Amino acid sequence: MLYFIEQCLNGAQLGMLLFLLAAGLTLVFGIMDLVNLAHGSLYMLGAYFAATFATLTGSFVLALVLAVVASLIAGMVLEVIAIRPLYGRDHLDHVLGTFGLLLFFNELVRLIWGPAGRTLALPLQMLTAVKIMPGIYYPTYRLVIILATLAVAALLYAVVMRTRLGMLIRAGASNREMVGALGINIKLLYTLVFGLGAALAGFAGVMQAPILTVQIGMGENILILAFVVIIIGGIGSIRGAFVAAIIVGLIDTVGRAFLPDILRLMISPSAAQTLGPSLSAMSIYMLMAAILVFRPEGLFPAASR
Amino acid sequence: MSASLDPSLDAAPGWSALSPRTVFTAALLAIIALFPVYSMVTGDTFVLTLFTRVLILAIGAVSLNLIMGYGGMVSFGHAAYLGIGGYAVGILAKEGVNAGLVQWPVAIAASALYALVVGALSLRTRGVYFIMITLAFAQMIYYVSIGLDRYGGDDGLTIYKRSQFGGIIDLNNKTVFYYLCFALLLASIYLVSRLVNSRFGLAIRGTRSNEGRMRAIGFPTFRYKLVCFVIAGAMCGLAGALLANYTNFISPAMMHWTRSGDLIVMVVLGGLGSLFGPLIGAVTFLLLEEGLSRFTEYPDLILGPVLLLVAIYVHGGIQGLLEGRRRG
Repeated sequence: MLYFIEQCLNGAQLGMLLFLLAAGLTLVFGIMDLVNLAHGSLYMLGAYFAATFATLTGSFVLALVLAVVASLIAGMVLEVIAIRPLYGRDHLDHVLGTFGLLLFFNELVRLIWGPAGRTLALPLQMLTAVKIMPGIYYPTYRLVIILATLAVAALLYAVVMRTRLGMLIRAGASNREMVGALGINIKLLYTLVFGLGAALAGFAGVMQAPILTVQIGMGENILILAFVVIIIGGIGSIRGAFVAAIIVGLIDTVGRAFLPDILRLMISPSAAQTLGPSLSAMSIYMLMAAILVFRPEGLFPAASR
Repeated sequence: MSASLDPSLDAAPGWSALSPRTVFTAALLAIIALFPVYSMVTGDTFVLTLFTRVLILAIGAVSLNLIMGYGGMVSFGHAAYLGIGGYAVGILAKEGVNAGLVQWPVAIAASALYALVVGALSLRTRGVYFIMITLAFAQMIYYVSIGLDRYGGDDGLTIYKRSQFGGIIDLNNKTVFYYLCFALLLASIYLVSRLVNSRFGLAIRGTRSNEGRMRAIGFPTFRYKLVCFVIAGAMCGLAGALLANYTNFISPAMMHWTRSGDLIVMVVLGGLGSLFGPLIGAVTFLLLEEGLSRFTEYPDLILGPVLLLVAIYVHGGIQGLLEGRRRG
């Protein structure tokens, strides 16, 4: 039971992380109709920025803030230089172009930071565990991730639903041409949205950095999980991304932890030993397939599509 | 030679027996055919080894071009078939079955079966959903292969004995293996040319340009696309079996999703929806990779922006450039 609660919290934490990535992806796709394979690179850049700023300033919080700002700027510069010519093109051109960017960023990071991974040290007070229930302790930092990400999600919701920028974003998602025709600087809006997505990805990278090693290609596999989240949630829907991210995070983590044991009850232990890891790796894709059969547009299809 | 293979292109504007495109393709094929002679004369087998890989991956690119170029189905999970075909050979070899006449059909059948399941699910969607879903399923297979502890898991599995063909074809002979790959590549290009110019192919190409209209005139487009998807999967499964024999090794890395990206790059670089485009793309991409890695320690620093520039400025890949087409 104790282990189960711990795994659920881990799942929620992975889910929140996936949400940060998926929100940026889905915003960029919903508004600019752009498939961005380089989104994972921005996650990676965020983590590397944080590792560098932490060394320079000696403060984790300062490093976090600086890294998010740096990701925002990197995203906006990237949009102006490389992404802008891709708007309105075939999705295949997006795939090719942003795949090129992904290769470029992996190599750039290797050039600047070297091939070896980095670690991002946490402040000492984060290295403790908190008593969340009688007899159950959970690492403070993982709780911080969950809470900080929830706060960012709430902030994102507030920005999109309550501010003028958010209004333009929503308007852009439903009718791009009309927003442009009304005299809104649509180019600037696109740059801002792309920057916002980059900042969210960078933030996710920074938050995850102390748990994992900061390394080249760290954004690649998690990007695909973010794709799965978007498929399940419905492309272009932030709310869908949120719900789907939590579901995917929980199923993936809890499945990996318990599926081998559950299998052992049903089939022979040796077969369970062999099948367990493979099957638990498949669980979220099975979920995706099931969703596709029943709701090809995802759980929360965006209204305009 | 290429002109006779694709009659539909004969009618295309600017196509004549001696257009730059024809000359280029014919020259490329001649050079590829003569590499073993070059190796025999000079004793330099490096080119032969490199081009065996080019030919194998070109088969994968040809199959991807069938669904992507002619069918408009942008599959981002094509490396999964390389993996499935490769693992079929590797797993059978590990279990003591070395007969190529068992291994290769199993590789093809397993890939076709996977394509059938994935196609049946993902062809319910289109556009960007399709891209992401094929990507996600390929990632699933990737993780499944990591979970295969008996077959090396993450570390992969060495194949100690290449596929046996009763002593008639010896895959350990570099020249024989090379020509076998070349023959299979030409066969797959021929198959694609026959397919896309048949009634079936016309239906597929019609579906690409306007699926609603095709359905309205009575074509069950879903079934057509699914069959096309399965054929492409089976073809790429064969490439996977070749690849496993080539490297004597299989590992999850051969179906990492960036390998699928490489295949897409080859097809687009060579020229989407052209018969020899995938071959030209495979040659260009792998030579570029090889050349850049000799010239600099950071090859992708150049390759990446090149791909971006191709996506932005070049229409129709190298085949398009040869015709002087450019995007405005």
